[in-house]
Amino acid sequence: MRPVLRIAAITLGGLLVWQALVTLFDLPRFILPGPQLVLTTMWTSRVLIAEHTLVTSAEILLGLALGAGLGFGSAILLAASPLARTILRPVLVFSQAVPVFALAPILTLWMGYGLWSKVAMALLIIYFPVTSAFLDALMRTPPGWLELARVLNATPGRVLWRIKVPAAMPGFASGLRLASVYAPIGAIIGEWVGASQGLGYLMLLANGRAKIDLMFAALIVLAVLTLALHATVDWLCKRVWAA
Amino acid sequence: MSAAPALCLAGRASIDGAPIFGPVSLEAPAGQWTCLLGPSGVGKSTVLRLLAGLGDGVAFEGEAAAADGAPLRGRVALMAQSDLLMPWLDATANVGLGARLRGELPRPERARWVLGRVGLADHADKRPHALSGGQRQRVALARTLLEDRPVVLLDEPFSALDARSRSLMQDLAAEHLAGRTVLHVTHDAAEAARLGQTVLLMTAEGILSIAPPQTPIPRAPDAPETLEYQGRLMRRLLSAR
Repeated sequence: MRPVLRIAAITLGGLLVWQALVTLFDLPRFILPGPQLVLTTMWTSRVLIAEHTLVTSAEILLGLALGAGLGFGSAILLAASPLARTILRPVLVFSQAVPVFALAPILTLWMGYGLWSKVAMALLIIYFPVTSAFLDALMRTPPGWLELARVLNATPGRVLWRIKVPAAMPGFASGLRLASVYAPIGAIIGEWVGASQGLGYLMLLANGRAKIDLMFAALIVLAVLTLALHATVDWLCKRVWAA
Repeated sequence: MSAAPALCLAGRASIDGAPIFGPVSLEAPAGQWTCLLGPSGVGKSTVLRLLAGLGDGVAFEGEAAAADGAPLRGRVALMAQSDLLMPWLDATANVGLGARLRGELPRPERARWVLGRVGLADHADKRPHALSGGQRQRVALARTLLEDRPVVLLDEPFSALDARSRSLMQDLAAEHLAGRTVLHVTHDAAEAARLGQTVLLMTAEGILSIAPPQTPIPRAPDAPETLEYQGRLMRRLLSAR
């Protein structure tokens, strides 16, 4: 119960500071609406927000799953083949030199205004952290295990699959934890560039119509969504790999 | 298990031009327990690694081989100071690791039987983190026994254990590795005095054989001849450069 209490205390404290700021500086509601108004809007617009949350969640989860899967596969390929490492590692780093945000309009152009341009955006943004964290771990297998495998006449493929990959799972897990925070950013940016659904779209729409209370409501839902995703991924990683 | 061959190593070794050991020559008799005793940094472990085929990065001029002329590869088992257990596998799967890594059919019933022989029948389903240091090293011994190789190389496998566990492990290893050619690197004179049927002292000057008592191993740690011999070894070890 104690973590729950702590989170409740921090949330309450945040709300109080927020209300105090609004009252103290007498901020107009089109600059910073008070928490009471935002929470009321969140409740009255709950159906609208829920619809858009569903779309954004789908984009994030699909992007996370595909990006993690692709990163897992790429890291294994790179770990298995020195040739692939020589050729593809610089490409991988170069791909990070291009700001992924700058690709959003191009992705929208290629893939349209629907779900998939946002999934691609989330995928692109998490691909590098996942691949790089997992590959680093794959290349750092404790040498004693590899020597033991050699003395036991292990085949290279089985060393990879039965020793290197399981030993690198904590690295994959830390990549996934990062990805769980990055993936929502990718999805929202994708929605900002061009969408007709999703929390990012809702925020832009509310902003355009000066419904700042709705914008903040969407923002809070997005933050809670991201925190919940991160907590779930963290819990899963701990559960599965004790990492 | 095929017949245990004698081991021979003669030559000099260096890493990146820095000499590890000078021209040395050692022989471990077939089917016997040979202790290679010496101060740290004298190249004992390198000798072992060369024989195990793990000499990458070591420039070795000479010969490290079995006396019967057949290659050592596939006939050698290795136990290191660290137990090298995989934390994601239970004791049984760790013991059967060799088969899994070669793509052979794993035979858990054999692994369990060997675990029983080292006194861990009740711990077969536990993961390494649930075992004590001594128990983990016994799992490593069981893994070595399951491979059933005629040559066993031991690189200070008991040095991280407390005195009691170490003594029990020495008894267990001596019992189960009897008949194999064992080369045991150690810096512990008491261990060499208990286990060595041949004891080689390795110093910067070279390798010297110091004849141990003619009693069967494992020798009782409190037997007068063991203690007297241990004292002699200790004195030689202290006077070594």
